Amino acid sequence: MPVTEPWQTAEIAGPKKASVISKPEVADAMIKRAKHPVLIIGHLAAEIDLDDKKMIDYLLELAQSGNIPIIATGHTNRDLLKRGYKKAGIMPAVAIGHRLTDPTWKGLDGKEPYDLAIFAGLPYYMEWTILSGLKHFAPHIKTMTLDNVYQPHASWSFGNISVKEWLENLRAIIGHVED
Amino acid sequence: MEHVTDKGINIRIKELQSDIGFIKDLEISVGNISREKWAEPQGPTPFPTITSLREWDKRLLARYQPFYLPFCDLCCLCTYGKCDLTGTKKGACGIQMPAQQSRIVLLAACIGAATHISHARELVTHTIKEKGREFPLNPGGLAIEVEAPVIRLVCGLKPEKLGDLEPVLEYLESQITVLLSAAHTGQEGNHIDFESKVLHAGMMDQVGMEVADLAQISAFDYPKADPDAHLVDLGMGTVDTTKPVILVIGHNVPPAISIVDYLTRTRLSEKVEVTGICCTSIDITRYTAKAKIVGPMSWQLRYIRSGIPDVIVVDEQCIRTDVLDESELIHAPFIATSEKNCLGLPDRTHDSIDAIVQDLVSGKTRGVLLLNPDMVGEVAVRVAREIAPVRKKQGRLLTPELIIEQAKECTQCKLCRRACPNDIHIPDCMKAAGKGNLSMLAGIYDDCVSCARCEEACPQDIPIHTMIISSASKATKDETFRMRAGRGAIQDVEIRKVGGPLVLGEIPGVVAFVGCANYPKGGKEVAEMAVEFARRRYIVCTSGCAAMSVGMYKDEEGKTPYERFPGSFDAGGIVNVGSCGSNAHIAGAAIKIASVFAKRNLRGNYEEIADYVYNRVGAVGVAWGAMSQKAAAIASGFWRLGIPVVVGPHGTKYRRMLLGRADHDEDWYVHDRRTGEQVYVGPVPEHLFFAAETKEEAMVMVAKLCMRPNDTSKGRAIKLTHYIDLHKRQFGTIPDDIPLYVRTLTDVPITMKEEIVKILNSWGWKENTIPDPTLLSRQVRKKER
Repeated sequence: MPVTEPWQTAEIAGPKKASVISKPEVADAMIKRAKHPVLIIGHLAAEIDLDDKKMIDYLLELAQSGNIPIIATGHTNRDLLKRGYKKAGIMPAVAIGHRLTDPTWKGLDGKEPYDLAIFAGLPYYMEWTILSGLKHFAPHIKTMTLDNVYQPHASWSFGNISVKEWLENLRAIIGHVED
Repeated sequence: MEHVTDKGINIRIKELQSDIGFIKDLEISVGNISREKWAEPQGPTPFPTITSLREWDKRLLARYQPFYLPFCDLCCLCTYGKCDLTGTKKGACGIQMPAQQSRIVLLAACIGAATHISHARELVTHTIKEKGREFPLNPGGLAIEVEAPVIRLVCGLKPEKLGDLEPVLEYLESQITVLLSAAHTGQEGNHIDFESKVLHAGMMDQVGMEVADLAQISAFDYPKADPDAHLVDLGMGTVDTTKPVILVIGHNVPPAISIVDYLTRTRLSEKVEVTGICCTSIDITRYTAKAKIVGPMSWQLRYIRSGIPDVIVVDEQCIRTDVLDESELIHAPFIATSEKNCLGLPDRTHDSIDAIVQDLVSGKTRGVLLLNPDMVGEVAVRVAREIAPVRKKQGRLLTPELIIEQAKECTQCKLCRRACPNDIHIPDCMKAAGKGNLSMLAGIYDDCVSCARCEEACPQDIPIHTMIISSASKATKDETFRMRAGRGAIQDVEIRKVGGPLVLGEIPGVVAFVGCANYPKGGKEVAEMAVEFARRRYIVCTSGCAAMSVGMYKDEEGKTPYERFPGSFDAGGIVNVGSCGSNAHIAGAAIKIASVFAKRNLRGNYEEIADYVYNRVGAVGVAWGAMSQKAAAIASGFWRLGIPVVVGPHGTKYRRMLLGRADHDEDWYVHDRRTGEQVYVGPVPEHLFFAAETKEEAMVMVAKLCMRPNDTSKGRAIKLTHYIDLHKRQFGTIPDDIPLYVRTLTDVPITMKEEIVKILNSWGWKENTIPDPTLLSRQVRKKER
């Protein structure tokens, strides 16, 4: 199975497709280069098992080690609170997508426009459509997904990788960001 | 009074002596004539054209900007293409992505509206043939004076008889043609103008739905605005499989009525089961309590593959296009009844019934097309009775042993999961099944939308969907529910009772669960949401497949929501209006609040009434499983009326949202009708079209979207209480945007005062006035200084 196929077979994108995160250093460089990144976490992050933890645990670790603000979509905030994280902004996925298309929007913290939006844990098709909106209408922002499936509309995405490979990548990215 | 509408010319001469002779009672008519005695003055926009309400649309679209989510980066509608429209690129015709996306939305809305309007045309033609043009329209007897609020509002007509619906249909058909033409290459090029046309298509759709339901309620004597409409059986488990079983699928009820009438005439009603899927089943149970609803549209494969139906009769809309093949695989004869859905079958409309029955029973033909609904009853019943003993309910369900055997063929390639719209972990279930554990396969039955794309994707030709439904066969037998038959319209007296509390905000809102069954996590979520809002004493309405999903859920006492909550249009009621076409009554109720309660003139007065509804009536539509183009058209009709619509996550595939910017204060000013001053009212309602990621998010958003500028402090406090409580329960925190919704301290819920005042102070919140709100400057009684 070629890694650059969309995870949902029929969700073929157009001519402009995501670059594949072939190694964790790629994602790491994107995050480090960003002046004002944001991590957008969907509800599935709290449902997906990764080793003996949930995906949300790794994302939280990444956010905390990289000092990246979190926006919780769906009812994800409940799961962040369970883990003692109280700083997340709460905003629906379509609303954050819409705001990100505005180059003058200074983010939920009011500091400055986000320049990197990292998505994870949304339903595949919903993330696909929102990333499509951003690809076309938010040229001022880079997008990245940390799901283990290929999202063709992102700027950067993993391919369709195994859970083992995914875990290794996430751990490496968290480690690099901490450094 | 007699007059000519703006649609044409009418010359009427009582007597004329001229050189060519004496002429008496000459009448020349071109266009539509209205002869009704209706004292209400005509408003500014009877029979609006596609641009008549453009300014109103632009007001809405300035607040609710389209957020486009392109489903395809290309345009392939003409031979210049394919054109790459990525980003700011232009196509060969000059079009850019925003216009292209709104163009596709317009096409979807036109398809949806055309479908309802064409259905309405069929019903009006059929009922006129049966009852005559003079047959009176009667949606609710003495309980209803405003019998057709949408038609009155849009067309400026007051229809009284079936024949009065014909000019309305002619108008709708002409408008859809014009709208569709706007999507041609080299026509409209501006996305906001495309969006305005989308709203026009939605309004046409709403009128079309009202025409259809008025005709069928009147002619078929359905429940007439009856809150206590009878309860009907719902679910596969309610079907008596010892009898011959007929299945009807679709939306156009006359063929199904023909079946019921034939059974009644021949005294066979107790000998044959009439079952239905999708809206035909809702409508046939409005006609007779003896018919049974199997389930929403996603039950087609489940039910057919069970082998229970002996004859399958389809009419129109939302029918799987492979249903003929599926019927053949269970050896069930097939009858198509709509010229819109001929399925390649021979037209036997003019053959003898004996010959048709013989050919279907013998298997000489796998199916027939019968375009005369009156024939369908006799053919279907006779075929069902003759074939049932031969078929012996032969289905395609697999034994546990066969499921395990098939599962062992799985190579774990994951193509099934990658084809599944809900990304269900089918390979894991197959692995377990291969080891003899079928519980995981059975467990995904509820989340499965029964599209069977998994089977199409499987390179091993494993019958995955059949395996899922076979594993869950016990669950399907337990599907025994009760649902209230569609009651149709809302009574004027109900509107008078709730109008005040609704407009003031003391009834926190009307929440309508409507639409298709493309759910992200099964239909139970719809039922849970409906119960939650009914429990909170919102007025809950249901229709179509969503109405069925609400009924397919029991509480601890074994009661369905329809048995637990009253069917009245009142706080805490769950009101099933009927099939998806009956959605017009939900819009009609909102319109009637302006008319019956607030005494605003309806007639041809769309903008003023929409402005009233938008600013005062806290109504929200929820189409949690919206799938179809009809759903797109229905939503568009509600948007133009100022009613927000929430869809499930699959709704992002409609290609655009209409979202407000709560952080842009300048967007949320209204005119105060009393003073003419511009007053900030906060982002109420914040969005017009919104896709929620989860049920939890949807519930919080619905509570928020019920707020309106006109809420009194008492009403706003009640609405805020629900919003804050749901936010705390679902997200674990108090919402951080409360100050946007508090205008005066009396808006603050008393039980949360301390907590909220602290937040208000930290925001630097300032008290504001509560206006008599309008977006229309002409509604201001005192001119702005």
